[in-house]
Amino acid sequence: MHHSHGLTIIVAALLFATNVMAAKVPSGARLHSKQELVRGNATEPATLDPNKIEGRPESNMAVELFEGLVTLDPDGKVIPGVAEKWESRENGRTWLFSLRKNAKWSDGSPVSAHDFEFSFKRIVDPKTASQYAWYLGKAANVQNAMAIIEGKKPPSELGVRALNDNTLQITLEKPVAYLVATLAHGSLMPIQKKLVEKFGDKWTDVANIVGNGPYQLAERVVNGRIVMKRNPFYWNNAATVIEKVTFLPIPHQSAEYQRYRANEIDLTADGGVPSEQLAQIRRDIPKELVYWPQLGTYYYLFNFRTKPFDDVRVRKALSLAINRDIIAKSIVGTGETAAYSFTPVTTAGYKAVTHEWENMTQAQRESEARKLLNEAGYGAGKPLKFELLYNTNEQHKKIALAVASMWKKIGPVEIELVNQEWKTFLDTRNNGNFAVARSAWVADYNEPSTMLDLFHSKHGNNDGKYSNPKYDTIVDDAKSLLNESQRLASYQNAERQLAEDFPVAIVYHYSVRHLIKPWVQGYGRNPEGRIKTSDLYILAH
Amino acid sequence: MLKFILRRIFLEAIPTLLILVTVTFFLIRLAPGGPFSAEIDVPPEVKAAIEAKYRLDQTLPVQYFGYLADLAHGDLGPSFKYKDFSVNDLVNAAMPVSFQLGVTAFIIAVILGVGAGVTAALRQNSWVDYAVMGVAMLGVVLPNFVLAPVLALILAIWLKLLPAGGWEGGQAIYMVLPVSVLCQHYISVTARITRGSMIEVLSSPFIRTARAKGLPMAYIVRRHALKPALLPVISYLGPAFVGVITGSVVVETFFGIPGIGQLFVNGALNRDYPMVLGLTILIGALMIAFNAVVDILYGFIDPRIRIK
Repeated sequence: MHHSHGLTIIVAALLFATNVMAAKVPSGARLHSKQELVRGNATEPATLDPNKIEGRPESNMAVELFEGLVTLDPDGKVIPGVAEKWESRENGRTWLFSLRKNAKWSDGSPVSAHDFEFSFKRIVDPKTASQYAWYLGKAANVQNAMAIIEGKKPPSELGVRALNDNTLQITLEKPVAYLVATLAHGSLMPIQKKLVEKFGDKWTDVANIVGNGPYQLAERVVNGRIVMKRNPFYWNNAATVIEKVTFLPIPHQSAEYQRYRANEIDLTADGGVPSEQLAQIRRDIPKELVYWPQLGTYYYLFNFRTKPFDDVRVRKALSLAINRDIIAKSIVGTGETAAYSFTPVTTAGYKAVTHEWENMTQAQRESEARKLLNEAGYGAGKPLKFELLYNTNEQHKKIALAVASMWKKIGPVEIELVNQEWKTFLDTRNNGNFAVARSAWVADYNEPSTMLDLFHSKHGNNDGKYSNPKYDTIVDDAKSLLNESQRLASYQNAERQLAEDFPVAIVYHYSVRHLIKPWVQGYGRNPEGRIKTSDLYILAH
Repeated sequence: MLKFILRRIFLEAIPTLLILVTVTFFLIRLAPGGPFSAEIDVPPEVKAAIEAKYRLDQTLPVQYFGYLADLAHGDLGPSFKYKDFSVNDLVNAAMPVSFQLGVTAFIIAVILGVGAGVTAALRQNSWVDYAVMGVAMLGVVLPNFVLAPVLALILAIWLKLLPAGGWEGGQAIYMVLPVSVLCQHYISVTARITRGSMIEVLSSPFIRTARAKGLPMAYIVRRHALKPALLPVISYLGPAFVGVITGSVVVETFFGIPGIGQLFVNGALNRDYPMVLGLTILIGALMIAFNAVVDILYGFIDPRIRIK
């Protein structure tokens, strides 16, 4: 997005059929007579209410049943959704979204800017108790969002206003050039006010729910299945190919795999590639194992409150000692890549910087690590002892064992592996009762700030309590830079700072991975991992 | 009989359940990690709103008595995890599923288990006995989580005879695999108990008398031996019935069956306090009820222990 002299700049107004979300069936492709798809969904969604989503299982539902102002194409590019065009004013402080007039709810009524205003005000209202309440404030910098969340202002003061039925105005605290990218989030769907007022928490029941997405809810059996049929009122319904989609909440990958092999599932949940069966999958169905880079990073978190992790030499030594290629390729092995920067290289608007230690061979890194550990005072007679905490999971255990053995190579390091069940682990980590803990961070939108914000001293998930005013300034200032190359330079500076301070030992970048039947087509390589059913079609088989 | 039932309800069931509720209520709160511990940090104000919504901001005694008051009205509270449903909604939807699966498995287990046990007992130490008991032993030691994938692999993936999972409202074809996996353990245990008890009964004096009178063996078994031999079987089957209808975690999770077992295990993992409490009460109540049924059945079978 380029902004020259303020005032009004039309940012996106291309409305060719090609940049509108839809299934693109190549001419000559023979479609299956039954366009019905069965997908894995890992776990039962906690809710179908978009404002209350907690993670992937819920947002998977939201993007089928609803459509936001903007959405993502199969490759993850931001494209118009309900908004057909938008423009920014005051150098990116005010944004106007023009809604398409033919956008309709599944009850046939038109989708209006008021439905967005209602939803956005509802999500920041502390009474809604949304886990993503902070998003409009911290990610999008919408005016008064944080004050409303903190109870200092009423929700009506939010900087979101329907100017008329088809125009939504969003006012920000400070310019955010990438605002549009943040709006593709699953929690920011329009919601009909009258439904919430009439049914309360029950508005998402099969009998009550009204959405504006390509699909509408047909059946919901908790822990059984969620069935959706195409929404005839969806504005782009003509481009939808799949008639019916069934989501199966199957938490155990081996159970999901069994049903996939029995042809009862066409597309497994994200990550639905059981590592125990990986060798078999590669042997029997190599073409059905599909993966591509994801905007997410796996890392070990150092606790700055615990000695000696307040010493950068120790953190750097431990970070350098990890042979990332072995972990990414040999232990995980489904398209994950060794990580040297926190921001994945595939993030939009980001180009990785090469750190000095990245150019060393692993042997050089290890000898450097040995030296650093020595300098920090660890050696014969004074071993470095600490606990490595991870949440109970076979994969995490394998990685922890490998990393522990790599750490032992650089000196007298004594590591005790400690695993905890998920909820226990979360509490331990949030409360800071750890030395080194397994962690992961996945982008909420496709822009470096969603990754780099994590190390801001004020970020709620900065569990290691790394704090560097210099770093805070870099990321705070970067967000408001409207010039793309300046912003990129700032993000690169932030990464350079991280490579000096080593707040975490970055290990690898995640991949989006699925098992997909060869007849399912239309998906791209969306780094956010979203695969919308309305983009898919089923070939004859 | 009425007196027996009333005594059971007021002097035994209600106090037992009250203790159960109390212990569970406080015990689950001791588990580390709360229902709303999440990976994403939630602003304190939002956390406070969540806690207020679910009464978690009140003191424990207030929460406890509030829960009891709701419980007295049959209200098990909202699910902390599944925000679109109350615990009552979820249990009402899951119970018929687990019940259908469990009752089917139970009936098969009783028929096959008792049949196999009696057959083995009558041919004690013959190859039939060894074969039946060998298979039963295998059934006792073979865990569900091994049998389920093996059966699914053979019957669903290789032979394509049956679906590998799903419930589809309980259609017969979807029930075959889960019922088979669920009942195998009960068949085995029932067969072993029946055999042991039958052998004991067959060697008792009154059977010897009957045989001395020249009665045919089949008649002796049916008329004289079966009833006393079933006493230990019935005391096993009472609680087993509750176990089988309140859902098997492994079977439900593996085959994707929307029953009580999945709710229970997810409830515990999610720290969904009302869900765990509600299901504990339900299972406790069923356990008490079926133990009472066992006691009544005992009376019918053995007049010496008939209730006065």
